[in-house]
Amino acid sequence: MTGFAELAAGPWGSTLAIAAMAIATFLCRIAGAVVMSRVAITPRMERGLRALPGSIILATILPMTIDNGFPAIVSIAAGIVVMMFVRIELAGLAAGLGALSLIRALGF
Amino acid sequence: MALPAFPGFVVFAMAFGAAAAQKGLSLGQTLGLSAFVYAGASQMVGLEVWQKVWSPTTILTIMTVTAVVNARMILLGATLQPWLKHEPTARSALNLFLVTEAGWLIGTRYYNEGGRNTGMLLGCGLTLWSLWLVSTLAGYFAGALVPEPRRFGLDLVMPIFFSVMLVPLWKGARPALPWLVAGVVSLIVHAALPGYGFIIAGALAGVVAGMLIE
Repeated sequence: MTGFAELAAGPWGSTLAIAAMAIATFLCRIAGAVVMSRVAITPRMERGLRALPGSIILATILPMTIDNGFPAIVSIAAGIVVMMFVRIELAGLAAGLGALSLIRALGF
Repeated sequence: MALPAFPGFVVFAMAFGAAAAQKGLSLGQTLGLSAFVYAGASQMVGLEVWQKVWSPTTILTIMTVTAVVNARMILLGATLQPWLKHEPTARSALNLFLVTEAGWLIGTRYYNEGGRNTGMLLGCGLTLWSLWLVSTLAGYFAGALVPEPRRFGLDLVMPIFFSVMLVPLWKGARPALPWLVAGVVSLIVHAALPGYGFIIAGALAGVVAGMLIE
């Protein structure tokens, strides 16, 4: 371990830190797929996984939206409404960002 | 296909590049983080615990913090597995290395609409990874010149992009019930605990709800 401690304290320390972060992240990225390939997927699990994309989105955006209050709610609503009618992601995104900069420009 | 994710990637990577330069990281270290870790939130948090001189303990600390912030990616990989299972291992490993929320959302939409070509996932991933590197480089040198993201609403580009991507996933109120559970749980966890735990707690609650609802 002293060898590693010396190496970490030397000029290679930052490289080791970056490597440690990269390994941790890569393991997170592959872990889900590795586990899923080892277990048999029951219909129940399939239902659960089908709910995952929408669940991740809501779990991510809802707290962020509430934290940012009224301007965030209005601009997200604008993005969703435009997306519902046009079905083009870029248009929805532009509508949301446009609404937000407008609200901020008006001083909210 | 990857185009709608561009604004978010550029803004976040430039912010990281500027923050890393300010923190005193070399260009090589900054680009190394963006190229090999390639996960914005953990790169930002990593800067908080970055050291001038390292020890085994501090390296273990930054590794643990990174794993905690990126644990949500386990779920992304799990949903990609049915799509990737017929692929050679090396190619799947590359595809998974390039997984980001934005790329995964675009890929999921494509898959739900019947697409099965994993090359689309790979192309999307490589495009976004290159953009991430270039924007990190730009942010590193632009430093203080990086425009105030708030003025153009770019600080909220991620939640706006995510909610726009929610629209094609909508298949009626019933399949969306677990999403509601996920949202409520994430709000509660966010209010109760600091950090990024709310994403994974909410997402897991959504999966459990999906399993329980017939």
